[in-house]
Amino acid sequence: MTATAPAPTTVLASLNGALHSLMERSGDVYVIGEDVLDPYGGAFKVTKGLSTRFPARVLTTPISEAAIVGTATGMALRGLRPIAEIMFGDFLMLAADQLVNHAAKFRWMYNEQASVPLVVRTPVGGRRGYGPTHSQTLEKMFLGVPGLRVVAPNALANPGALLTAAVADDDDPVLFIEHKLLYAQPLLEPGRGSLSEFQSTVHGERYPTHTLRMAGARAADVTIACYGYAFEIVREAALSLLLEDELFVEIVLFTQLSPFELDPLSASLARTGKLVVVEEGGLTLGWGAEVVARMTESSAAPVRARRVAARDLPIANARTLEDATLPQVADVRAAALSLAGREVG
Amino acid sequence: MTLTATPSAEAARALDAELYERMLLIRRFEERLLDEFSKGRLFGTTHAYIGQEANAVGLFDVADAGDIAFSNHRCHGHYLAYGGDIHALAAELMGKATGVCGGRGGSQHICFRNFYSNGVQGGIVPVASGIALAEKLKQSGRVTIVFLGDGTLGEGVVYESLNIASLWQLPILFVLENNRYAQTTPIRLNLAGDIAARFEAFGIDTTTLDTTDVLQVRDAAARALQHVRERPAPAALVLGTHRLCAHSKGDDTRDAAELAASRAFDPLAIHGPRLGDAQRARAEDSVRSALNDAFERAIADPFPLAESLGETPRRAR
Repeated sequence: MTATAPAPTTVLASLNGALHSLMERSGDVYVIGEDVLDPYGGAFKVTKGLSTRFPARVLTTPISEAAIVGTATGMALRGLRPIAEIMFGDFLMLAADQLVNHAAKFRWMYNEQASVPLVVRTPVGGRRGYGPTHSQTLEKMFLGVPGLRVVAPNALANPGALLTAAVADDDDPVLFIEHKLLYAQPLLEPGRGSLSEFQSTVHGERYPTHTLRMAGARAADVTIACYGYAFEIVREAALSLLLEDELFVEIVLFTQLSPFELDPLSASLARTGKLVVVEEGGLTLGWGAEVVARMTESSAAPVRARRVAARDLPIANARTLEDATLPQVADVRAAALSLAGREVG
Repeated sequence: MTLTATPSAEAARALDAELYERMLLIRRFEERLLDEFSKGRLFGTTHAYIGQEANAVGLFDVADAGDIAFSNHRCHGHYLAYGGDIHALAAELMGKATGVCGGRGGSQHICFRNFYSNGVQGGIVPVASGIALAEKLKQSGRVTIVFLGDGTLGEGVVYESLNIASLWQLPILFVLENNRYAQTTPIRLNLAGDIAARFEAFGIDTTTLDTTDVLQVRDAAARALQHVRERPAPAALVLGTHRLCAHSKGDDTRDAAELAASRAFDPLAIHGPRLGDAQRARAEDSVRSALNDAFERAIADPFPLAESLGETPRRAR
């Protein structure tokens, strides 16, 4: 990559470009993980090219997720800015003690005498037929852990800028959740291409929340909250609800999942009073459940809500079974129509 | 660090007295702590270091001032030998705002200068490796010392860390204090194979020492630290030791005869005769006065206010 490199066109290129410039800008930035060296460049190629340009700062590790996160935590404690890659989000479970009892605890528990500027990146999610242990969306296990921020890029909110913020501007540990299907997604811009029907307002700076409305439309009927890859499903559902059902929705797209900062959603719900939450993780005790609970508690007017999430089942390998387990466009449509009192077609 | 020169008789006597007083400080601190517990002045739990004092005192006497330590649940002795502030630890254990972590951490969760501790078995080992890696990359010359117990060897992440430490030749010293009990479970019920062989299997230079003589621990620690610092490469020090107190407070289920036999390994009893009676009495006086001062101040100190929970305290460094 050179200074004249073209603007990235996909989520993968955006993340990879951000890693290149982070490492270029600061000698304190390290990448540590399994199979991250060139020519392989990581299982999903997010670290491609880094070890060629910065051989001393890209550390390929044994298959030791707990030690990867623990080692990176120690590096961060001593002032470096490590980025750990966990090859599949499912393997976060192996590093859970490190994240919850070590990285997330240190700053607070040591009474601010230390900090852990660590980023743990990991690809999550299904729809690629990887089966029960390589397809999960497990970030709900880490939501609400004090001291740990959970951030998820999407195709709209400049994923590279988000990663840059987590690495360079955040002194606390960040779990950075990348859905596998996002990597090949073209970057989106409101008012253009597949988002030509939408206009967007942005709330927050470091980890912004986007509120998307149909351009020139009347007041929305339903608010849909989502993050990450779910936005791809939600925007498709929103378009079809508009075109087929004349139902207007407002989409509130989060990048920071935890701690929960839901202001733009409250504003949208004040307009619609109807909330659909969409996520790829399992339904029970998920992100959406917490969002609904908080909106119900904080809203002056009654809120009616539906949750769209994966069924509480392992994710099957067979396409038919996987599709039946994970949330689809039709599920989002059905939830919105039902809230709007429409017959579900 | 003095490895080569033979100290003069006078210097040796001064060293003997210093080491004795430091071990005595730990002993009396822990005894005072258990006493305060019984008076209801402490909150939560604690793990005393009584009987194991020679390890920390011998080791930190030959460590460099800038070296880093990562300790475990039984950390008070390590902290005091490192040079940690006595009052700040006493206050922390009483949950006082003036505690070394403002009352947030308590007995097992300490941070003081380059000294850290955490209470989850094994989990600190990769963090310590990461610290050692950072210091190696920064070429700081600092050695990282991490403490394990025989019970910690049941945790898988230890082996992930040994592998990485050796693979990357990290400047880290693994100090394994083998007191032959994991809480209440004797080693014969929880450990297969050999302890030193575990480290050696990863190509880590390992010294096993079955002594509670602080001078012998000190010599072995000096050699191990020199190896780590000069190569640099990891090393392990496996120290046979005897815990002369309960794991925590009232949970000593060990056989009375065995405990009585362990008393023969009391490091104060082994090292004490190298001092004269007057020297020992002076050490008692000096330790008593330091501890009285620390504990009286800590007792008088305020508890943190619930209102301060949401506040971010000023960073200490």
